Amino acid sequence: MPYDSFNVLKSTVVPLPTENVDTDQIIPARFLKATEREGFGDNLFRDWRYDVEGNPKKDFVLNDQTYSGKILLAGKNFGSGSSREHAVWALYDYGFRCVVSSFFADIFKNNCLNIGVLPVTISPEFAEVLFHAIEENPQTEVEVNIDKQTITLLSTGQSESFEINTYKKENMKNGFDDIDYLLNIKDEIITFAEHKS
Amino acid sequence: MEKKTLFEKIWDAHVVRSVPNGPDVFFIDKHFIHEVTSPVAFLNLEKRGVGVLYPERTIATPDHNVPTVDQDKTIKDKLSRMQVERLRENCKKYNIELHDLGSAHHGIVHVIGPELGVTQPGMTIVCGDSHTSTHGAFGAIAFGIGTSEVEMVLATQCIMQSKAKKMRITVEGEVGKGVTSKDIILYIISKISAAGATGYFVEYAGSAITSLSMEARMTICNMSIEMGARGGLIAPDETTFNYLKGKQYAPKGDEWDKAVAYWKTLKTDEGAIFDKEYHFDASDIEPMITYGTNPGMGIKIKGNIPTTEGMEGSNKITYLKSLDYMGFSPGEPIKGKKVDYVFVGSCTNGRIEDIRSVANFVKGKKKADNITAWIVPGSREVEKMAHEEGLVKILEEAGFELRQPGCSACLAMNEDKIPSGKYAVSTSNRNFEGRQGPGARTMLASPITVAAVAVTGEITDPREVF
Repeated sequence: MPYDSFNVLKSTVVPLPTENVDTDQIIPARFLKATEREGFGDNLFRDWRYDVEGNPKKDFVLNDQTYSGKILLAGKNFGSGSSREHAVWALYDYGFRCVVSSFFADIFKNNCLNIGVLPVTISPEFAEVLFHAIEENPQTEVEVNIDKQTITLLSTGQSESFEINTYKKENMKNGFDDIDYLLNIKDEIITFAEHKS
Repeated sequence: MEKKTLFEKIWDAHVVRSVPNGPDVFFIDKHFIHEVTSPVAFLNLEKRGVGVLYPERTIATPDHNVPTVDQDKTIKDKLSRMQVERLRENCKKYNIELHDLGSAHHGIVHVIGPELGVTQPGMTIVCGDSHTSTHGAFGAIAFGIGTSEVEMVLATQCIMQSKAKKMRITVEGEVGKGVTSKDIILYIISKISAAGATGYFVEYAGSAITSLSMEARMTICNMSIEMGARGGLIAPDETTFNYLKGKQYAPKGDEWDKAVAYWKTLKTDEGAIFDKEYHFDASDIEPMITYGTNPGMGIKIKGNIPTTEGMEGSNKITYLKSLDYMGFSPGEPIKGKKVDYVFVGSCTNGRIEDIRSVANFVKGKKKADNITAWIVPGSREVEKMAHEEGLVKILEEAGFELRQPGCSACLAMNEDKIPSGKYAVSTSNRNFEGRQGPGARTMLASPITVAAVAVTGEITDPREVF
């Protein structure tokens, strides 16, 4: 599906240092009942964001107006558990275009790349630097550059490079997805299937 | 000749092409779909004006979101009903085999695939569900995918993924009495951590693994994802072949002999190199239970909840937040904690062997008064066998409530929810916050342990009861 592509993203950051955030927290199963991809952002982090009566929990970062932005800075092992792509839909729908962490779960990372949320893996040390800088000044901006494969803390110029393969890089920059690619080589796939025992 | 692991042999045989400095175009033999992660994929196919390339390679069943009572009636919950109806419409439109509610082979997708003999050694299998790793027990590469990938498989029978790194976990020796394959995998995850196998595909080996039944092997492979692994697999052997023989979709006659000859080649070559190896001694493994909010937070039932010694920063904050959610304190014993619910079921432990072991242990006993006990068979086939073998009668006499097949309280998408603040000991796979209902507190354990807890009403080492 088409998504907002970008090469350079400059934004303030929402910090969520909790570790091992699983996709059941990002979007609980009871909100997976839709048959269309709409409105998932409203239930992003539902049970951390709202109490049982639906009132916002003041201590959760998404309810703290100090923090906003298109970049989510997350604790290590973000997105573990269920393969539900709805978790990434919820992040995207809420407005995030990039998630930064020192460690991502595998399926979550794939899902991100497939729908246009850039997962940026940084060192635990640089994650600490970023968490600290944002705590000091919530207006701190971070720049993510896909072409150069860099993430930079603009207030100090501290920067780190991140991995992304050339294929996914072109996809992310241009808003392409894997199905476009696969449909283009359908004949080759059919030939492969016919020769496979 | 190049020495290959089992994983590499199967992976390499399914690569249509490798994108330079990118992923592999990976061919999928069998695709399972269910009502929750497929509707948007079908919707997108329509938007693109693309059909399903090989409908005969996809099999569907509604499981995640179905009620476990009155399955013969209209589903009450409107959204659930719509998802199930959408699955029916899509299967009809694209000519996909559907095992619908009430049909002879309805059930949890990872239970019916093996039961039907759809799952076979050497195959590549995907499903929009992370517990697809279950099918690895047959020596297949099986893993969970997102909805975009479900769309890719429907449209082209391929996905685009890079090859995972290779890990082998060897468990040698014999486990003691009261120790099951669930304890083996909970033990492994507690040692490796909930993220310790991220980026890897795991092969399980060693005498403690090869001596297991297919059902028990499925429990092990099922939980591979709970340590972050993309999947887990076990080399096929006589146990695998005996399980498959005669199954509906298993090869027949000469085809069977040919298939077995090929399946016998599916093993890691002597001297093949893994990126990472772990070795465990089966005699170190005792009945396990989780105390926290990820499956890596497991201890032996006779043990104490770990203290915060050596933890600092966000690691310690996360740990204390987890214990706070569970209502536990660092350093205290877990045994004797009061429990409110027990749940037997799920793609991890909802097979006939699991139900047999629970029935065997509670026979002639009664559940404790403070316990609500749910037992949810993984499939209609399991349910049928449980009736035929007299297990249902035993379980009902012990005070268990038998429900109809589905994912049920494992993820609480339907009405089967554990109330907020209540404790559940569950045979399922995830103890995440709110997994079994908002505020529910889940502890994962084996079917035998769950049976023991049902009878005593508190956390119990099964070896001390029976």
